[in-house]
Amino acid sequence: MKKILMTAAAAAMMLGAASASASAEALKACWVYIGPIGDFGWTYQHHQGLEAVKAELGDKVETAYAENVPEADSEKTFERFAREGCKVIYGTSFGYMEPMLKVAKKFPDVKFEHAAGYKTADNMGTYNAKFHEGRYVIGQIAAKMSKTGTAGYIASFPIPEVVSGINAFMLGAQSVNPDFKVKVIWANTWFDPAKEADAAKVLLSQGADIMSQHTDSTAPLQVVEAEGKLGFGQASDMIKFAPKAQMTAIVDNWAPHYIKSVKAVMDGSWKPAQVWSGMAEGEVVMAPYTNLPEDVAKMAAATASDIASGKLNPFGGKITKQDGTVVDAVDDGMILGMNWYVKGVDDKLPQ
Amino acid sequence: MELFLTLITIIMTAATPLLLAALGETVTERSGVLNLGVEGMMIMGAVGGFGGAFLSGNPWVGILLAIVAGMFMALLFGILTLTLLANQVATGLALTLLGLGLSSLLGEGFVGQPGVKLPSLYGIDPLILISFVMVGVVSWLLFRSKAGLIIRAVGNSHTSAHALGYNVIGVRYLCVLFGGAMSGLAGGYLSLVYTPQWVENMTAGKGWIALALVVFASWLPVRVLAGAYLFGTISILSFVFQAMSLGIPSQLLSSLPYLGTILALVVISGNKALTRRNTPASLGQPFVPDR
Repeated sequence: MKKILMTAAAAAMMLGAASASASAEALKACWVYIGPIGDFGWTYQHHQGLEAVKAELGDKVETAYAENVPEADSEKTFERFAREGCKVIYGTSFGYMEPMLKVAKKFPDVKFEHAAGYKTADNMGTYNAKFHEGRYVIGQIAAKMSKTGTAGYIASFPIPEVVSGINAFMLGAQSVNPDFKVKVIWANTWFDPAKEADAAKVLLSQGADIMSQHTDSTAPLQVVEAEGKLGFGQASDMIKFAPKAQMTAIVDNWAPHYIKSVKAVMDGSWKPAQVWSGMAEGEVVMAPYTNLPEDVAKMAAATASDIASGKLNPFGGKITKQDGTVVDAVDDGMILGMNWYVKGVDDKLPQ
Repeated sequence: MELFLTLITIIMTAATPLLLAALGETVTERSGVLNLGVEGMMIMGAVGGFGGAFLSGNPWVGILLAIVAGMFMALLFGILTLTLLANQVATGLALTLLGLGLSSLLGEGFVGQPGVKLPSLYGIDPLILISFVMVGVVSWLLFRSKAGLIIRAVGNSHTSAHALGYNVIGVRYLCVLFGGAMSGLAGGYLSLVYTPQWVENMTAGKGWIALALVVFASWLPVRVLAGAYLFGTISILSFVFQAMSLGIPSQLLSSLPYLGTILALVVISGNKALTRRNTPASLGQPFVPDR
């Protein structure tokens, strides 16, 4: 029985291969998105990356995507894409890690890349951006611009990427004002405009006058705009939604990575790597500095260029944890697995 | 004190869309029709509301279009389940999927456009007032008017109502349309007041919460009001507790609105006789007139 199944599987794979080669040798690259393309945040930026791949490689590449795929349905979607002849599949949510790993084992000839995760396989790599570099910059701006000395921070889920973002924000703020406070609300969602707006309103009512978010919708920034306070865009330049409130935004630019990765799959040089790029590679970009006095904008630009050139490391030097212990040097591994707060964060990290 | 007032306003905004949608569904279910497509009607209301306001520049046109969009979806549901006698549960689920897909198609051009906010009167937006008025209207309609008597008769025993000469299908159509209008209005509230913008999937499950509230509130409008406000209050307070960093795990706080509302409504539903009296007996059953 097992043998019959395997023969059938092999036949199916050959059939799949045949139909793929029939379609003019174009390499099929596929994306699985956690949110809607129209979120104007995280997913939107990944889709911009897809568009960049299309623009760069033209006929040589065929693209497909699925949006709004919840973690629980992701395995089916990966498998469907693999069966439909995708040669490389990108998954854009931390929660896709296990499902993707499972499907990657089933389809050894398909390359998989997982955004924001840490597990790899022979045919599965990870890629992520050093968002914390941008968070350090906006932390500095927040400390300069806040009148109450308190910023609000809407967080999604307690995963290392988000925690290291909060820490970098705090460290940036402390470099300007050592007594700066950050109030954190965990929304426990990546995308729920109403909930994010509620969190923003509550934070403002609790004395925060600067808003930072690690959730994907533009709602918090709109609340801040309506209340006449200031904030930062997330993942995309959200200036259109808050022309008077957005000071800058941390823009994810996935285009360079996707183009490089698809090309590598084409010429056979693709290897499962853990790609982690930041400002230096142009993957993390600051949106234009707006609604800021000139000196603050200058300071922010200088900090960003220092980070890009490697002169400044947001997690450089000795760092005091929330519990008082001191870490001599924080390396990349520690940032990628961060599960502790730095001193001064006014919150208890959910475990 | 000022903080208290601010919180009250936030809570009202959070509760209103749930209240509007749940009130509409209460009437629909009282007539014996189970429409699980609240989420789908709501999201269509949201895109219709945004589109109307954006294209005309007048938020009231948006509100009107939100209601029409919700009613359009409800009409579709009515034709399928009342005239063509399709399964109500399956059709309702399909309506949600259709609404989510259709709204993102229709709303493609609206993504990223700045929204038009409905003006508020003395800091209170008019739809909150309307939602309170509707609690009274629906209560009166269901329990103090002849129409309500007919609706409940149709919902409790459609064969008897039919035998008495009432137009069962006609009454149900009207109730389904009312449910659609209210869900559409709730959607419009999201895209015109709550977060004045259009993004795909912006209802994010609110329709399902409204649907659950109806059942837990034993189909009584006043309890729907209590449930919606309880849910809104706990969800906002859970954020307040987080911002105050009291050290309560955020996952627990996030689940509190659900746990708290279920608990409270189960306790007030302890009266078995009352629950039985208020459950529409022919809920979800298709009606085929025998002659």
